[in-house]
Amino acid sequence: MTDLLYTEIESDLRASVREVLEDKAPWTAVLAGTEKDEPHDAALWTAVAARLGCAGLPVPEDLGGAGASWRETAVVMEELGRAAAPVPFLTSSVIATAALLAAGERDLLGRLAAGETIAVLAVPFATAPGADPAAGPGAPAVSDGALTGEVAGVADGMAADVFLVPAGGGLYAVDAAHARRTAVTSLDMTRRLADVAFAGAPARQVAEGPDAVRAALLTGAALLASEQLGIAERCLDDTVAYVKTRYQFGRQIGSYQALKHRLADLWTSITQARAAARYAASCAAAGDPDLPVAAAVAQAHCSAVAVKAAEECVQMHGGIGFTWEHSAHLYLKRAKADSIALGSPDRHRAALAVLADLPSA
Amino acid sequence: MSTAPPDADELGRRVDAFLAEHDPAATEPPEFLRARYDAGLAWVHYPEGHGGLGAPRALQPAVDRRFREAGAPTNQPERNGIGLGMAAPTILAFGTEEQKRRFLRPLWTGEEIWCQLFSEPGAGSDLAALGTRAVRDGDHWIVNGQKVWTSMAHEARWAILVTRTDPDVPKHRGMTYFVCDMTAPGVEVRPLRQITGEAEFNEVFLTDVRIPDEHRLGEIGDGWRVSTTTLMNERVAIGGAAAPREGGMIGVVAKLWRERPELRTAGLHDALLRLWVESEAARLTGERLRQQLAVGKPGPEGSAAKLAFADINQRTSGLELELLGADGLRYDDWTMRRPSEVDFTRRSPGYRYLRAKGNSIEGGTSEILRNIIAERVLGLPGEIRVDKDVPWKDLPK
Repeated sequence: MTDLLYTEIESDLRASVREVLEDKAPWTAVLAGTEKDEPHDAALWTAVAARLGCAGLPVPEDLGGAGASWRETAVVMEELGRAAAPVPFLTSSVIATAALLAAGERDLLGRLAAGETIAVLAVPFATAPGADPAAGPGAPAVSDGALTGEVAGVADGMAADVFLVPAGGGLYAVDAAHARRTAVTSLDMTRRLADVAFAGAPARQVAEGPDAVRAALLTGAALLASEQLGIAERCLDDTVAYVKTRYQFGRQIGSYQALKHRLADLWTSITQARAAARYAASCAAAGDPDLPVAAAVAQAHCSAVAVKAAEECVQMHGGIGFTWEHSAHLYLKRAKADSIALGSPDRHRAALAVLADLPSA
Repeated sequence: MSTAPPDADELGRRVDAFLAEHDPAATEPPEFLRARYDAGLAWVHYPEGHGGLGAPRALQPAVDRRFREAGAPTNQPERNGIGLGMAAPTILAFGTEEQKRRFLRPLWTGEEIWCQLFSEPGAGSDLAALGTRAVRDGDHWIVNGQKVWTSMAHEARWAILVTRTDPDVPKHRGMTYFVCDMTAPGVEVRPLRQITGEAEFNEVFLTDVRIPDEHRLGEIGDGWRVSTTTLMNERVAIGGAAAPREGGMIGVVAKLWRERPELRTAGLHDALLRLWVESEAARLTGERLRQQLAVGKPGPEGSAAKLAFADINQRTSGLELELLGADGLRYDDWTMRRPSEVDFTRRSPGYRYLRAKGNSIEGGTSEILRNIIAERVLGLPGEIRVDKDVPWKDLPK
């Protein structure tokens, strides 16, 4: 069985990322950022992606990366989840990077690994692995090297320098300057969506066939579980700290079993989320043929755990947890959006019905 | 005597040397097992002279594997779970040299089965409220009381027993821990029938049972601390079993689903997939826990694993009955059997459903486990304790 623990290197990496995030992305700054026009925190992105080198973790050294793996990348995802950090790491450093790695592309990949360029896979953020994002009316199509079509609800679409667009069974790179982008008022304002339209945009083919897109979505789903784990842990930590300091009826509210038992259940489900997320990341790192099952299990489970943790965080904070001036809603919105992103839990269970040979009625 | 504990290579050499001297095919099993104990290859992390070599615990699986591959007889650990999992670590921690010498060897070889005399009709989750009295009589103790939920009592040679020796002090302080001879006069074992129809457990009535003082484990009045050692080992033992994917109850239901398409409905499909995901996540959690133990970092996840296991087992076995529909209305056998071990797979779905109800009660109820997690892991305030400073005899009963 693959190693489900954290290595010493991974723990050191976690400490470095957390230090940067605590310095540059306290929740008050994240909250303030949701009311600004900038689609992401550019200074934070430079610090994490380029200076700490996190963007290059899964990319081999001869392609300009750090030569680590998706396991280390997953640890970064946990920390970014803990902070609800407004940076395009999932979209550019995980999903687009996985697409380019699968496609064998070198030039753009090197710039992504260096954190110089942000690339985004142009699919609706709710797209599940295995779905064909280029199907349906209005979907992008290529004719004579020019790409035309529309994609709604692309995560970090406003932050992208380059779009990787599935079209005609393959994958095309399009400069964002050739796209018409409309910012979407998003449920999760720490990872915003954009509607993207292309009208005869110059497009360079980077992959043939559906494999690169499928690899990208599958890797994204596997690693999103680590972000969800980070969200859940942060919500539990904040809630436990609060119920120890809040007094009602002359007692800490954390002394009531009505809350203690729910928090114990939450901790229990988080221990499971950690095992599922580590397994999915390890399968992605090793190219394990069990990755489709691992990713679906991790998504079905961790999506629910993160949402539950964020909902309990709001509820157990009572009145203050329902206010804009408290951090809880940042996690609630991120958690709920994440549970829909890259396939809802039910979509992943439907995938498992096929993978595990449990056919429907 | 060696100075440094042996490493994996040295253990491998010792196993090879042992097998060269004791042909598994030509040696009677008890004789083979006693010799293996004496060679320190029984539980290698135990001290020399008591079946071990003071080696790291993580090296034990490799030793067991070598013996298995050589076709060596086993000590049938499934028959002596209480002995190996709870009595042995407690004797090791609190026993005198003489007690270790007397009890550990036949315990490990399986020649003497052990049971546990802890719970009472009036002391379940609140074990420290127990009322079985032990009164000093010269160099003996006279014990009177009733114990309950005692598995294997009808086959056990010895029991670990916790008693009240001082009713005039608060409950945690007046307890004393003994080894009880199950063949002694005054020990009466009666089967206790469960909701499944079988009698896996017993009630044990103790009437003027004489226990020599040399069978006391730990100091007089220190029984709670000794019991805590026993119970910590119980949770490790129950939560930690290894399993392949679909290895548990979910595998039974998944197989049924594949074989009986006419039973399928959309709602049951959704329920099945949810439980499949939960079972797989729990399985991975168990694997992660084992990896933590292997590197010597046991986490508090054991309590969480037990809590999740009980819940998943109960819902999965309930789903199986619902999926079966009409067939779920039939039961295999209400005869009062006395099984030596629990086997979910060889009985009917109705049995599985009923037996799983015990999973959230035995070995610490799920409610108590939630308190433990909340207080010891999350650091939340403890329950309000109205009995803390009250002498045991004055507690409402």
